[in-house]
Amino acid sequence: MSETFTFVIDDKEIEGCFGQTILEAAEEAGVYIPRLCHLKGLTPFGSCRVCTCMVNGRAMAACTQPAAPGMIVENASERVTEIRKSLVEMLFVEGNHFCMFCERSGDCELQGLAYRFGIAAPRYPYLFPERDLDASHDDIFIDRNRCVLCGRCVRASREKDGKHVFGFVGRGPAKRVQVNAEAALAETKVAVTDEAVAACPVGAILKKRTAYRVPVGERRYDHEPIGSDIEKRRTAAAE
Amino acid sequence: MSQDHELERSVRAICQAHDRDAGRLLDIVRQVQVREGQVSGAALDLIAEELGQQRVEVEGVVSFYAFFSEEPQGRIVIRLCGDVIDRMQGAERVGKVLEDELGIRFGETTEDGLISLEWTACIGMSDQAPAALVGNVIVTQLATDAARDLVRELRKHGDPQRLVRTFGDGNNAHERVRAMVVNNIRQAGPVILAEMEKGSAIRKSVALSPAEVVRAVKTARLRGRGGAGFPTGMKWQFTRTAEGDTRYIICNADEGEPGTFKDRVILTERPHLLFEGMTIAGYAIGAEKGILYLRAEYAYLRSMLEEVLDTRREKGLLGAHICGKEGFAFDIRIQLGAGAYICGEETALISSAEGLRGDPKNRPPFPAQKGYKGCPSSVNNVETLCCVARIMDNGAGWFAQLGSECSSGTKLFSVSGDCRSPGIYELPFGTTLGELLELVGAGDAVGVQVGGPSGKMVGPADFDREFCFDDLATGGSIMVFGPERDLLEVASGFMDFFIDESCGYCTPCRVGNVLLKERLDKVRAGLADASDLDYLERLGETVRTASRCGLGQTSPNPILSTLENFRPLYEARLKSPDESLLATFDIQGALEESRGITGRDSLHFRREDGRQNSQEKGATA
Ligand SMILES: Cc1cc2nc3c(=O)[nH]c(=O)nc-3n(C[C@H](O)[C@H](O)[C@H](O)COP(=O)(O)O)c2cc1C
Ligand code: SF4
Ligand code: FES
Ligand code: FES
Repeated sequence: MSETFTFVIDDKEIEGCFGQTILEAAEEAGVYIPRLCHLKGLTPFGSCRVCTCMVNGRAMAACTQPAAPGMIVENASERVTEIRKSLVEMLFVEGNHFCMFCERSGDCELQGLAYRFGIAAPRYPYLFPERDLDASHDDIFIDRNRCVLCGRCVRASREKDGKHVFGFVGRGPAKRVQVNAEAALAETKVAVTDEAVAACPVGAILKKRTAYRVPVGERRYDHEPIGSDIEKRRTAAAE
Repeated sequence: MSQDHELERSVRAICQAHDRDAGRLLDIVRQVQVREGQVSGAALDLIAEELGQQRVEVEGVVSFYAFFSEEPQGRIVIRLCGDVIDRMQGAERVGKVLEDELGIRFGETTEDGLISLEWTACIGMSDQAPAALVGNVIVTQLATDAARDLVRELRKHGDPQRLVRTFGDGNNAHERVRAMVVNNIRQAGPVILAEMEKGSAIRKSVALSPAEVVRAVKTARLRGRGGAGFPTGMKWQFTRTAEGDTRYIICNADEGEPGTFKDRVILTERPHLLFEGMTIAGYAIGAEKGILYLRAEYAYLRSMLEEVLDTRREKGLLGAHICGKEGFAFDIRIQLGAGAYICGEETALISSAEGLRGDPKNRPPFPAQKGYKGCPSSVNNVETLCCVARIMDNGAGWFAQLGSECSSGTKLFSVSGDCRSPGIYELPFGTTLGELLELVGAGDAVGVQVGGPSGKMVGPADFDREFCFDDLATGGSIMVFGPERDLLEVASGFMDFFIDESCGYCTPCRVGNVLLKERLDKVRAGLADASDLDYLERLGETVRTASRCGLGQTSPNPILSTLENFRPLYEARLKSPDESLLATFDIQGALEESRGITGRDSLHFRREDGRQNSQEKGATA
């Protein structure tokens, strides 16, 4: 086993080992650090910034920052939560998210974060961008209106599926997810069983004909806030 | 041969000429762009195939850089500098004339496929604005009548170089440069703009051990001139001692901060000093290879710089056994950028030099540990490396006694805007802003942007502050604004710059800057109230704190620093409190019907009597 050390998150002593990020060490100890672009098993990306923590007084992304002995991490403080809420709201206004008629509602990580943070409506004006849809594939469709540019599909396709179905094009506010083809998804090697398809945290990459298999009201975040599974580990360990 | 075959042959040839090395993707795409006037879908496929890459990866790179285009462009692209300073000097009027004369709008191409017209960010000519890039040729001090002639001439001969009638001073007239650019060196100092015998600093360096060279740079207390001010000796120490067999020294000549043009003057007039500094850096950190990352806007200097490198190779100042030192080999290649300010950020620069999108990298690891191609690398600014050469030639003690207590040496300032003598000033650290303003003839300045858009807008209250790393720190951009200028319009222009130049990787910078600009413009339009100023401050603070790299961490500065130093300008445009709420509007009455329909209370406008609806649940977005 690799060497361990301790550090502190919100006054609680946490055990970490070398090579772990702050987020990973926290998760193992049952401390949930909110995240969106992070997905276990993929190379950390650091784009959404929702996992921002104050580390020894400086803002850092917990999903990319290695844990180190003696670190003092602020995770659930008011100022950190305020930053995260602001980021989630930015993601809402940047795209076109109409949760009430989105088939991912209740199972959407972005929406789950908003519930968890008690965001009723974003404080920022909606930007109403023009984004397109790609329904060319028999089993999968892409709705870029809901894409949060987390790069999970890009990484999963490359790292898990051994394909390169997705990538980013454009820069700044014009950045968007593109498929590895002249025109549309149907021309790529994507398969409905690809990890890349399952990796999307929101309703931007969806499997066709599965929409209401799990009824509204019985979905992942309908009863418990996002992150509860991680936090339960801690209560379980304490018992 | 059909067109398709023609394209295939030429793209394959370009890839092969670059050894099918995906690391050279920027150079490959640039050549395709120049040859074909675009990088079409067919070209993307061909490049991907040749380099063993995916089409979407190549497309990701092509779509990232402003100088590449998937759509067909004219044979000549006119890029008019749209920076704040150029606009102050009439760039918009020039733009209008160009549009009229060409019969197209910005972003379009003439029907004959000859000319495309675009706005571009600062091209490093703020002291001779308005300026434009016509192909690779720089056109300066572009008045409206000259703009009209320019189009007519291009239509006649189609050769941008022939637009240059008189050459600028010094090496601007060099046969390999032939530019109308002028240096505007107003004050030369002892470090950068003094003369030096070629090879002298290298000879003195190789007489020492590499560790001793690092120590000398530390003794001189040299700190980086690129903006961040990191101690150079320490950076070298980290790079030198990091694990790895191959090391790189990279010179950052991306100079994208609006209002900065001092590196352009160094590259033009002191290339030997720079390459001498790079070579010494290579010796000190144990690198055999150096890369000069040159912004695409300065492509006109490339041929002359290549010639300087050749001369140095002939003289034994590059190559094997430099200055007769056994085992010391070093050489330099030039990497051209492709129009992206973010590539001045050191990890984005490395991505770009590797042939990738110019996205910054996650840190750690830092470049000193794992930089270019995963090898320990030191990225240093042009001016920093010139300081190194001078330190090794004149001695660390000599350098350390120049400047002020906290900051040794001199600093180059690039001054532009409302002043009598815009141009380059080499002054010791410790000089006050007021003294500089006096020198440049800007007695009536009301605001000065110190350090470019990522720096600060300061007013007369700050004019007695000193330039140094602990007080007024700057990479050298000084933009002066006189009493006629609207500083909030200036701030808004800077926000446009950051929106255009954000890489888009992280949320706060990609979205936050758009939102900041929206609210600033609301203030400018007289539609805001006092709460909007709190909104700007809080949002600005979030973007500054949560952004992933230095761009987003400084992009709110135009707003935050004007709010701090020029708050009355904002307050004067706010609606008065009695204007901002319609007191006659009965919100509770208006909500009654929808309460009935939804069966719950409004989350924002709760019933004043405090009654709650039983069905009311948590929040929805
Ligand atoms: C958005 C951004 C743009 C930058 N542009 C430049 C640049 O054009 N030239 C430069 O030398 N440094 C630039 N920097 C700073 C570099 O990241 C880096 O700190 C510098 O090149 C290190 O060299 P120095 O230590 O010699 O200053 C930029 C930083 C950021 C965040
Ligand atoms: S702050 Fe974020 S979006 Fe902005 S340039 Fe840096 S990494 Fe890109
Ligand atoms: S989860 Fe860390 S930046 Fe997205
Ligand atoms: S509910 Fe979040 S994307 Fe649909």
